[in-house]
Amino acid sequence: MATDGKRYFRQQVWVTWIFLAALLACGCWELHLDFAYVAQKLPFLLGVRRAPDGFLQGAALTLFVTAVACVFALGVALVTAMGRLSRNPIAFAFATFYASLFRGTPLLVQVLIIYLALPQLGIVLGALTSGLLALSLNYGAYLAETIRSGVMAVPAVQREAALALGLSPWVTTSRVVAPQALRLIIPPAGALVVSMLKDSSLVSIMGLWELNFLAQSYARTSFHYMEMLLAAALIYWVLSIVFEIVQARLERRFGRGVALLAKG
Amino acid sequence: MQALVSLVDVDKWHGPMQVLHRISLTVAPHERVVICGPSGSGKSTLLRCINGLDRHDAGRVVVDGTELAGRASVAAIRREVGMVFQSFNLFPHLTVLENCTLAPISVRRASEGEARDLAIRHLDEVRMAAHASKYPSQLSGGEQQRVAIARALCMRPKVMLFDEPTSALDPEMIKEVLDILVGLAGSGMTMICVTHEMGFARRVADRVIFMDGGSIVEQGTPSQTFDAPQTDRLKAFLGRVLPSRAL
Repeated sequence: MATDGKRYFRQQVWVTWIFLAALLACGCWELHLDFAYVAQKLPFLLGVRRAPDGFLQGAALTLFVTAVACVFALGVALVTAMGRLSRNPIAFAFATFYASLFRGTPLLVQVLIIYLALPQLGIVLGALTSGLLALSLNYGAYLAETIRSGVMAVPAVQREAALALGLSPWVTTSRVVAPQALRLIIPPAGALVVSMLKDSSLVSIMGLWELNFLAQSYARTSFHYMEMLLAAALIYWVLSIVFEIVQARLERRFGRGVALLAKG
Repeated sequence: MQALVSLVDVDKWHGPMQVLHRISLTVAPHERVVICGPSGSGKSTLLRCINGLDRHDAGRVVVDGTELAGRASVAAIRREVGMVFQSFNLFPHLTVLENCTLAPISVRRASEGEARDLAIRHLDEVRMAAHASKYPSQLSGGEQQRVAIARALCMRPKVMLFDEPTSALDPEMIKEVLDILVGLAGSGMTMICVTHEMGFARRVADRVIFMDGGSIVEQGTPSQTFDAPQTDRLKAFLGRVLPSRAL
């Protein structure tokens, strides 16, 4: 009975989703948009075509920026989380100072400081480098907090049990604490990745030809703002959904043992 | 015979609180020692000082000829000392079998096949081999504790420490765990067990140690300690835990 109820619920959710999506599509149709123009620009927006300088553009560049910034943010976050968990007061202070600074100031201001203000000191970074740096440092600060709370949530007795078995501190961390922490870290970290995907649009202000930048510049030249911005929004949305599906998979993977309990 | 575990004048402080006062204790190979005493008397801390989960502040701890001092000795001693906790502490993300093979593979460098055979053998001993592919969350408390015992045995320890192994269990599960412990005692394993199960202590213990206020107050054979307690503190304690002398 319970599974029947669940199936009914999911069916209704799907039907409603499809209805809302159809409604949205009809609404867009009624706007009498220039779909031919959208179709013409779509390969550029998606980044299937390279930019004139041979580099990535559009959604491909958006994904590239997101992926690279994620990797750097993860590195920064791991070091910062270790500092936050450290008993060394100086490491702790460094970690909390950095996290406070980058969580307490707007990402846009950070981007501008790195790209526009640092040259005043003779430090000139390219648009892509600046964008990656700002995103990595900003998200690293948030991710560090996520990692720290995940690690703290693993009961201390788990570490003790591992040490009592003779496991080295490294194996204790990597095989016992980390997998249990990951289960708790993945949902908020996945939300951060989706958020980063969207925030990567901020780097457009430095003239990087990513999705948002292209949509705006095509819109400006042809005065097809509605077409281009809706298309960009749709692409961001689809990418976010794909990320969320991947996240759900990972959650299941790391929820082994715990998910079983919930099912009873 | 050389002592397997020996503590000499061990002191332990938790901040401003002294939890162990000049504890001296030697345990011979194959000896089965039961430690009892009111809560807060330092029983668990004493156990945890033997495998270095708690660091003693003064005195000496020697296990199998190795003095507990510094990182290398802690690692060496933990390889020889198994520990079973009150709250089982199985690794929830690993199956029963993986719980048992992790340490032999990573610490003893056993091959996967060796570790698996060893694990199945010890799981069989605790009658849990049929559950090898389950996760801890699918098991009852008693079953989890039996797996925890098998997991510790897979390291082939020379001495086993039990920290109130049945205190977190429902009454009907206590027996299944105690039966395993009795069997283990019969096999000649050296055991140091903190427990309030006086019936169990009578059956298996060679020696009962009564602790109070961080000191060893009295020790002797089960019949000496339970039937002819010398100190008022032990008499008072037994009066509380043994409402009837039938045990």
